[in-house]
Amino acid sequence: MAVLRPSGDFDVSYRQDMALIRYPWHWVLILATILVAATAPLWGNAYVVTTINQIAYTVIAVQGLNILTGYTGQISLGQAAFMLVGGYASALLATYWGAPIWLSLPLAALITGLVGLIFGLPSLRVKGFYLAMATLAAQFIIPWLTRHTFKDYLGGSDGQISVPMPTLGPIVFDSAEKFLYLSLVALLITTVIAFNISRTRLGRAFVAIRDNDLAAELLGVNLLGYKLRAFFIAALFAGIAGALRAHSERSIGTELGYNLNESILFLGMLIIGGLGTNLGPFLGGVTVIILDDVALQFGQFVAALFPAYSSNVLTSFRPIFFGLVLMLFLIFEPRGLAYRWTLIKAAWRLRPFSR
Amino acid sequence: MNWVLVPQQIATGILNGGIIALISLGVVLIFKSSEIFNFAHGHLLMLGAYVTWWFAGGNQDGTEVFNLPLIPAFLIAVLVAIVVGLLIERFALRPMTGQPLLSIVLMTLGLALFIEGVVSLVFGVQPSAVFPSPFSPSAVFRVPFPGAMGGFIILKKTLVLSFGAAMLASIAFALFFNFTKTGLAMRATSEDHELARSVGLNVPRIFGLSWAIAGVIATVGGILLAMLTGASLNLSTVVLVAFPAILLGGLDSFLGAIVGGITVGLVQALVQASSNIEVRNSAEIAPYVVLLIVLVIRPEGLFGQKRIERI
Repeated sequence: MAVLRPSGDFDVSYRQDMALIRYPWHWVLILATILVAATAPLWGNAYVVTTINQIAYTVIAVQGLNILTGYTGQISLGQAAFMLVGGYASALLATYWGAPIWLSLPLAALITGLVGLIFGLPSLRVKGFYLAMATLAAQFIIPWLTRHTFKDYLGGSDGQISVPMPTLGPIVFDSAEKFLYLSLVALLITTVIAFNISRTRLGRAFVAIRDNDLAAELLGVNLLGYKLRAFFIAALFAGIAGALRAHSERSIGTELGYNLNESILFLGMLIIGGLGTNLGPFLGGVTVIILDDVALQFGQFVAALFPAYSSNVLTSFRPIFFGLVLMLFLIFEPRGLAYRWTLIKAAWRLRPFSR
Repeated sequence: MNWVLVPQQIATGILNGGIIALISLGVVLIFKSSEIFNFAHGHLLMLGAYVTWWFAGGNQDGTEVFNLPLIPAFLIAVLVAIVVGLLIERFALRPMTGQPLLSIVLMTLGLALFIEGVVSLVFGVQPSAVFPSPFSPSAVFRVPFPGAMGGFIILKKTLVLSFGAAMLASIAFALFFNFTKTGLAMRATSEDHELARSVGLNVPRIFGLSWAIAGVIATVGGILLAMLTGASLNLSTVVLVAFPAILLGGLDSFLGAIVGGITVGLVQALVQASSNIEVRNSAEIAPYVVLLIVLVIRPEGLFGQKRIERI
């Protein structure tokens, strides 16, 4: 990711070359963000804390999608279904084994990863649009299976089961405030993993496949192997996100969403944030969640003005806002907010000669 | 398998398949001319159904602005569909020319959400079961058939009408594409945009035309479906059944769309004839199981062109 580095900015030691965080002001920004998020129970109300939780698990899901779609170039319309798998896996492990969160979360992620591998198998034969269709099939088949198989365990036609509170030794994460620390730690870990994937052999192979799969194959990249790894990692992240969401909402199932619209929402976040950048999932996730909220508030405001149409207004503003913003981004800024951010940084550095 | 039900289900499946085929035709048309896979087709269909419903007297409570018979309302809906199709092509898809596949897919998905939002804003979220129809929903044909339950196959008149209309539209398309100059120009454009341009075809206008026609097909499909189920926001989800049909038939084949549509309709209906309740329940995902099988065995579909990649 050594893009757009200013001239004269050299690495003078191996340590510096390998550093994940390069500049002191990056440390300041990151620590400040973590501090603000972690102290949310002190300065914010319950709503803020819940929203930060929501942002955390959404960003994790989008990070996974970013590895599959942004880096490897394989469109996935099934990320929400994989979240469902992760949520169910963690919930069942916690309910029937009493597994603590440090065990149930990674196990759930692993199970989801394996399910992701199954639906990644069509990438053996097809790519591009056809592969998107295979993931669309996952998006329909997985929720259907949770409703119609193992009804005693998965909730059957209720479409949901309740999820126990996560425990870690003596700590019980019984409130959104406590849960916040769990999601933030998970987010931190997945972020480090995602950053590292993007700058190692694995990430470079992914990018090679995205840019030209035939050329990548000629260079010795095992296409199927790496595509399956991308599917595995994407589903793994979705599993973590789904488990976190299930534990924070205390129930899991198709009644609570996890549908095609959510998968589209994740893809939209990726586009709005910036495809194939590490910053993208954060910018996109935060932007879309805030936008969704603005649409909701604005909808309530307009609904109060025109009571006769309140039900129409309340349901319609969110799809209109998201659809419109997504289309505008695709037309005017297809590289997303992350690219805009690098432009702003460059302009600031070159000041007063930025234009 | 519940064999008594099979003849009835085969008949229903073929008739349902006709509507799926009609929906698939619209998607294939756009794909053929501009290589865009239109995820918003279901929403165009819903829009067409709602516009017709609204002009045909909608609520039935005397507050409506227009109260036209079905045919004029249909014609107005067709006009609206043409305008919407042209607008979509001009303002949403033309800036996407030359963009990667993901951007185009997301553009149509964003469009779908946007249309859904606008429809629910303008026409309301309540499904309206009352849709003007030449037949009452319970009007049926009884065709004597020895093996069937009660000795009769029961065909809903609306369903037969839909199937007829779908087949008629398909034939009209085949004629249009094979025997008119515009149809020839559209086929040429689908082969190669640059070549088509170099022989003097106005490629953007052909894209616009294909979107307008797709809008019209979607409207016809929407009205036919709404006659069966009433107008509701759920109408758009029917296109999710059409996707497997399209891939089964082959993305760029009109004949494939029809064969695929009828096959998927048959599969859905036959699954429902099973005596096991869990198998019956799987009717909603059966098309996607078919889709996975197609993708693994023959990704280009039955009649699709196999794409050879050259560097």
